[in-house]
Amino acid sequence: MSEFFAMGGYAFFVWSSYVISAVVLLWVALAPLRSRRTLLKQLRSQQMQQQARDQSS
Amino acid sequence: MPNATTSGGFWRWFHGFGSPPRFDAFARHSVPWLAGVTIVLFAIGLIGGLVYAPTDYQQGESFRIIYVHVPAAWMGMLVYVVMALAGAITLVWRMKLADAVARASAPIGAAFTFLALVTGSLWGKPMWGTYWIWDARLTSELILLFLYLGYMALTNAISDRQSAARAGAILALVGLVNIPIIHYSVEWWNTLHQGATVSKFDAPSIDTRMLIPLLVMALAYQFYYFTVLLMRVRNELLSSQRRTQWVQQLLVNEKIA
Repeated sequence: MSEFFAMGGYAFFVWSSYVISAVVLLWVALAPLRSRRTLLKQLRSQQMQQQARDQSS
Repeated sequence: MPNATTSGGFWRWFHGFGSPPRFDAFARHSVPWLAGVTIVLFAIGLIGGLVYAPTDYQQGESFRIIYVHVPAAWMGMLVYVVMALAGAITLVWRMKLADAVARASAPIGAAFTFLALVTGSLWGKPMWGTYWIWDARLTSELILLFLYLGYMALTNAISDRQSAARAGAILALVGLVNIPIIHYSVEWWNTLHQGATVSKFDAPSIDTRMLIPLLVMALAYQFYYFTVLLMRVRNELLSSQRRTQWVQQLLVNEKIA
């Protein structure tokens, strides 16, 4: 097992490549979930303002 | 202009699929499945690449960087072509969905290209003795990253959506010339970067036990792209179509998270 993690002496280069790839890909995949929540919140408050305006007029 | 009512089934289908509410429904249902397939492919590809693939006789274990480097580099180019084609469709037909696809693709393509550069650098250090060299392959790949970043900066800077779409599409199409330059750079110029090993399909100069995990990883990266693309396209459509009836209805229906 420790031989596996040692990667024949290239551990730093191999594991950094995999860890950086995982971090970037996860971040890019989760970002749209976060921005969707923000966007929905923003659009809902716009909708509510519009409804309030419609009722008052 | 093709007319949906007169020119047959394909255009009717194309027209329906291209309509934002229909596409949104399609994307909503597809994303969980695509995400599932992506995870399974990543699991198979990673186990195959890190455990089952034999050690390279020249590069030792460092060659295992190939499984995150090459798929990222391929996807960096593929996503760019998708972005440029979507841009061309936007210019010709002013299709809203195509603009959303182009805009949604740029950050994903930039991430792939960034990863290709970083993992390549981490591979170059032990193999060539340097993290970076200004040779043709590395420089053209860096230009690809700048094209993505330029596209994102340009389309975000122009507030009018239609002008932003046109300017972005023209930038993407002009930058398309860089794609064959990246691909052929290892043949046209002397470079430290090794030549193609997989695309020589007559006899790929790579062991099958090494090749199969690479192809699985490439497929995993493709499904990852489709998954994230659909998620991003949904957000793009929601934002650009905020005044339409279907978005107003969706705001009522979709549960508040």
